[in-house]
Amino acid sequence: MNFTLKVWRQKPGEKGKIVTYDAKEISSDASFLEMLDIVNERLVIEGEEAIAFDHDCREGICGMCGCVVNGYAHGHQEGTTLCQLHMRAFEDGSVIYVEPWRSRAFPVLKDLVVDRSAFDAIITAGGYISIRTGSAPDGNAIAVSKETADAAMDVAECIGCGACVAACPNASAMLFTSAKISQLALLPQGQPERMTRAQRMVRAMEVAGFGACTNHGECEAACPKEIKLDNIARLNREFIGASVKKQA
Amino acid sequence: MANNMTFLETSVGKKVLMAATGFIIFGFVVVHILGNLQLFLGPEALNQYAAFLQASGPIKWTVRIVLAASVLAHIVSAVMVTLQNWRARPQKYAVKRYQETTYAARTMWLGGPIIGLFVVYHLLHFTTGHCHPVKAGFIPDSNGVINVYNNVIFGFQDTVASGVYIFTMVLIGLHLYHGLWSMMQSVGLNHPKYNHWRKAFAVLFALLIATAGISLPVSVLLGLVTPV
Ligand code: HEM
Ligand code: FES
Repeated sequence: MNFTLKVWRQKPGEKGKIVTYDAKEISSDASFLEMLDIVNERLVIEGEEAIAFDHDCREGICGMCGCVVNGYAHGHQEGTTLCQLHMRAFEDGSVIYVEPWRSRAFPVLKDLVVDRSAFDAIITAGGYISIRTGSAPDGNAIAVSKETADAAMDVAECIGCGACVAACPNASAMLFTSAKISQLALLPQGQPERMTRAQRMVRAMEVAGFGACTNHGECEAACPKEIKLDNIARLNREFIGASVKKQA
Repeated sequence: MANNMTFLETSVGKKVLMAATGFIIFGFVVVHILGNLQLFLGPEALNQYAAFLQASGPIKWTVRIVLAASVLAHIVSAVMVTLQNWRARPQKYAVKRYQETTYAARTMWLGGPIIGLFVVYHLLHFTTGHCHPVKAGFIPDSNGVINVYNNVIFGFQDTVASGVYIFTMVLIGLHLYHGLWSMMQSVGLNHPKYNHWRKAFAVLFALLIATAGISLPVSVLLGLVTPV
């Protein structure tokens, strides 16, 4: 398959621009990242700098990869990370726009690589439970119903890739933050710090420079792990509850 | 990462305020339009209703103050949230496609201010008479009272004035189509069992309010209701 790529190129500290590349003789079974690898090999041979992009596991579980492809975060295929998107999903001969996540809170480091430390700051603010380390607790010491466990697992699927921010017209991080608040709010282990967690994570999110949620639903549509908007309603509930009870 | 942002300094808090004040304004709009539909019941009904509203002094002023405060809080938080959202993406995408969002959701920031301007026009039109196209509507009778029934009809006989109302009613319908659903999400009102009712509620009330609002000027323009 052949494609015309329109790729965002940006050197650190400089202004970026869209540059056009040909991607020739690409296997339909190549993943999107493998296609970029092939283009990069040629660029390097031709003495040009390779296109920088983030990746790690390439099996859809680590959350490192992600670009906005033809206007869709992680490309147009539902519930798929960019590394799991294959070129057969594109039309032969088509033009493909590849851009980095766009958000004030995610500055571009180089080309398609953005700095997602803002997500780390949100997690550091309260996305954890404080427990004594040491020997592993007995697996069944705390009973959790099947329904609750399933619901918590559904949100725990979030891999923190940032597609929700990239897809949101407001570059809001509410889906990510709500998933992280929800997975702990649902479980008994999360209860002791429930109030402070909502308070602190929401504020960390605000400080990072993300936009506000105006309920467009684009995040849910883009999320490769299909995290639901319901979690945003839960975040709002948690935050209102914590604010009423005045625990910070 | 403790910091001392207050509730309303967070966007989540502002959205709660917008939802609460939006709901108050929505409640008023429902009652207001229901009251005005009495135009179809004839001059007696509408004029009595108008007199009743004017007579209840303290209630009238309480409602006015609560409404004015709600509108102000709604606008201030809407402007602040919108500006935060515009700042959040300094570099736009060359290509961006949307999958879920609606025209209504994307134009909240624009529809809101237009509705706000309309409210000013509306008050100058029917409450103070400053923008009244037909002077006859605002001439008091021998007892010094304005015939509200005639006032409304003369007001709507002007096609430009009617056009403004019809246009704004469509905008209010759009604003509520997204807003009434968004409001529930913003205050955390959701339950898997009832979630499908939230959109249905929004669609129903958006349609009802827009249709009822449009029916008034249209009926006057078509000559279905005439001055007495
Ligand atoms: C007829 C008068 C109005 C009613 C009934 C109304 C109602 C509402 C409601 C119920 C919401 C949902 C709140 C939420 O998302 O949680 C909302 C949102 C909003 N309103 Fe209004 N509003 C009115 C007038 C205005 C005005 C005058 C402005 C202008 C500044 C405005 C701007 C907005 C904006 C920007 C939103 C946020 C949209 C979003 O969250 O997606 N509204 N409104
Ligand atoms: S590279 Fe790990 S999720 Fe795509």
